[in-house]
Amino acid sequence: MNVASVGRRPPSRRGREARRNLTAYGFLVAALICFGLFSWYPMVREVLLSLQENNFVDAPTWVGLDNFETVVEDPAFAQAWINTAAFTGLALLIGYVIPFCAAVILNELRHAKAYLRFVVYLPVMLPPAVSVLLFKWFYDPGPGLFNQILGFFHLPGLAWLDSTDTALISLVIVSTWMNLGSGTLIYLAALQTIPSELYEAAELDGAGMFKRIRHVTIPQTKLILLVMLLLQVIATMQVFIEPFMLTGGGPENATVTVAYLMYQYAFNFGNFGGGSAMGLMLMIVLIVFSAVYLRVSRENT
Amino acid sequence: MIATAVRHRRTKPRRTRPRRLARRRIETQFRTLVSPHQLNTRRGRTIYWIVLVGMVVAFTAIFMFPLYWMVTGALKAPEELDQIPPTLVPQDPSFDAYIEAWNLLDLGLLLKNTAIYAVGAWLFTLAVDVSAAFALSKLRPMFGKLITGMMLATLMIPPMVLMLPLFVTIVDLDLLNSPWAIWLPAAANGFNIFLLKRFFDSIPRELIEAAEMDGASPARILWSIVLPVSRPILGVVSIFTVVAVWKDFLYPLLVLPDTDSMTVSVAINSLSQTMPTNALTAALVIASIPTIVIFLFFQRHIMAGLTAGSLKG
Repeated sequence: MNVASVGRRPPSRRGREARRNLTAYGFLVAALICFGLFSWYPMVREVLLSLQENNFVDAPTWVGLDNFETVVEDPAFAQAWINTAAFTGLALLIGYVIPFCAAVILNELRHAKAYLRFVVYLPVMLPPAVSVLLFKWFYDPGPGLFNQILGFFHLPGLAWLDSTDTALISLVIVSTWMNLGSGTLIYLAALQTIPSELYEAAELDGAGMFKRIRHVTIPQTKLILLVMLLLQVIATMQVFIEPFMLTGGGPENATVTVAYLMYQYAFNFGNFGGGSAMGLMLMIVLIVFSAVYLRVSRENT
Repeated sequence: MIATAVRHRRTKPRRTRPRRLARRRIETQFRTLVSPHQLNTRRGRTIYWIVLVGMVVAFTAIFMFPLYWMVTGALKAPEELDQIPPTLVPQDPSFDAYIEAWNLLDLGLLLKNTAIYAVGAWLFTLAVDVSAAFALSKLRPMFGKLITGMMLATLMIPPMVLMLPLFVTIVDLDLLNSPWAIWLPAAANGFNIFLLKRFFDSIPRELIEAAEMDGASPARILWSIVLPVSRPILGVVSIFTVVAVWKDFLYPLLVLPDTDSMTVSVAINSLSQTMPTNALTAALVIASIPTIVIFLFFQRHIMAGLTAGSLKG
């Protein structure tokens, strides 16, 4: 023991500690660079950009809150927030209730379950650009599928994307079709964890079907319902690809959303300051929802 | 499944007459909302079969029919597509539109581009995020908790709102039209770090310590002990990374603007105005094949990952 330690002193505690840290940071360095450059720095950069006037040729100048003023005074600004809120609300109305009901029914079925699960998730796997372009064709007022179906039932055709009345709901339909599957499967998984004793007990107490849904099914899936609500709000408030591909924000700004206006400021008007100001405002709103979400999921696990 | 089959066989000899579907007993493995008893009353069985058929018809109409319309639409001639009322089955199916789309869009190149982005992002993300999660979970460096917190905090910021500063950063780094513009940011994924770290945390400490006693280096421990037991979570992370890159639209639209470096989704959209409907539809079909194939092969993993990811705490 003594002889051996003469040549090689056992490393001190501190030395070992230092070596361990060094290896650990060796493993971490690539991730730190990626996160730093493409996640943490852009957050700071967003704030900087929103306070600057920048044409990417001359040095940027600080303009205080001018960008925010420009954006807020734009008549499309209020419209974009209203549209985004309406889109989110409508998407919740359809895309939140239907998946839950579908999952409750699916959970009762003893046949064809694998097929139904597969089919409902299929649109989620399609690239969104494909789904949106597919629906653009369906919405075509002439030879589009939807008006032909309406015509088959002797109903008058709709203008779909071309009318201010139906444009936004048309976008909601595409978005819901694309995303319904994940919610359905997540609820289904949650429903399968409900202990059967609870249903038996409720039945013994004389609870009918709807009472059992109200007093067993919903309370037992409350957490996942709440979590999904918040996640869906966060996801749908970022809606971009639908207005970008289907309507370009029209007709008459009826489908301009916040994310789309952000894009327009930067890439159509060449105003990155204004775009970043939009992005920052959206970020703040979404962080509030995320914070609530984190709080909810932390409290309950 | 086996139990059902056995029971059916046992009841068969008693009744020689083939039983009507609605009279057959509906077997239940787990008790759910409707009790097995209620389900097997005469009324219960009738309602059950009506609901079942209704669901199958509705789901097929809503989710499968649009896809059927897409695939067959691309088999029709332009005149047939504009015809009112439309034909349910193509009169004279032809693959011309598929060939036209392939040549017009140079779909071979686009698919190759997208595959390179997806596979590269997959390998790079795995290498970076696995080693980072391993370091944070098992090597526990100084400030490890802070770093973990900062990485998880990025989950609160949706990617859309950082699109402009991210784009500006890519321009500053001169990565426009380079595959690294996809690969590098793909690795900055807080959700992967979360999933991997949580899984690594659950690997028993004794296993690692025993290997340490034997003088294994951290790299060796990661490679021969941690990775082999982490297959399920690596599968989930891999599939999600590949599918996410394949489905992404706005980000590749901004950072890969050259026609030679575009992804399938972006190119189809930018050329959609100039193409005849049947060729465009054929392009849509071709563009959706890769992710559908992934789904067919990894359905189980994808559905398992969906529920694993949704309940994060």
